[in-house]
Amino acid sequence: MNEMILKFPARSENEVFARNAVAAFALPLEPSLSELSDVKTAVSEAVTNCIVHGYRGKGGGWITLTCRTEGDALTVEVSDEGRGIADIGMALEPFFTTAPSEERSGMGFTIMQTFMTDFRVESEEGAGTKVTMTKRFGQGQANVG
Amino acid sequence: MNLQWSRRGEDLYLYLSGELDEHSVSDVRARADRLIDENAGLSRAVFNLAGLKFMDSTGIGFLIGRYKRLKRYGMGMYLAHPEAGADKILALSGLYSIMPKIQE
Ligand SMILES: Nc1ncnc2c1ncn2[C@@H]1O[C@H](COP(=O)(O)OP(=O)(O)O)[C@@H](O)[C@H]1O
Ligand SMILES: [Mg+2]
Repeated sequence: MNEMILKFPARSENEVFARNAVAAFALPLEPSLSELSDVKTAVSEAVTNCIVHGYRGKGGGWITLTCRTEGDALTVEVSDEGRGIADIGMALEPFFTTAPSEERSGMGFTIMQTFMTDFRVESEEGAGTKVTMTKRFGQGQANVG
Repeated sequence: MNLQWSRRGEDLYLYLSGELDEHSVSDVRARADRLIDENAGLSRAVFNLAGLKFMDSTGIGFLIGRYKRLKRYGMGMYLAHPEAGADKILALSGLYSIMPKIQE
């Protein structure tokens, strides 16, 4: 078991650093390239959401990223203290976005759910949002033959 | 993000390389749109994704945005050689039904 907590300002330049930090943290679990790519993509989605939606119109804030490895699983928590989500059920729908004019696709949550083994989102309006995702490594190989 | 291009006959080729996310997209969006405007009247645009090492859902929005712009000029859009990670996102979002994947 290992743990890591990162806290950084909600600026888009930190997206690349955040996803690569999580990937580096996961390396001892010997993920396959495609598993690592899944994790980087899901982390990028969650962090981007904090920046473009969570702190929209708030002039910035902090993102907290917590990682934990346990056995063959990596759990990542991404949280902000921003606006929160009014209707989570709607937000989870594929192609639903509150920012279509900015060319957001509304596929962020769908990607997180599809690419990770477990996914959960908690949110409170005016208080913030926390996404918790787990990736269990070696599942692909285990299913072959 | 880097964007290179070439023109062959009636086709505009755009080569994307680097990592496409919310941070890098605005610059490449402006450059792609300028290229499309300058080449309006060609028959199609092919986005070659071979050099794209990372893409998240920002890439979906980016590609749909360029698709709409090309459509206004009557130009078709095609995708070529996505890496496995990008390919998974493009397939999941159904993008290949409007911008087919081709082998050139
Ligand atoms: N951290 C967040 N804070 C506030 N709202 C959020 C957050 N994450 C997601 N949302 C809301 O959920 C919607 C769907 O998110 P997502 O699937 O990532 O699509 P997109 O980011 O392209 O809009 C967003 O448009 C936004 O309204
Ligand atoms: Mg998103």
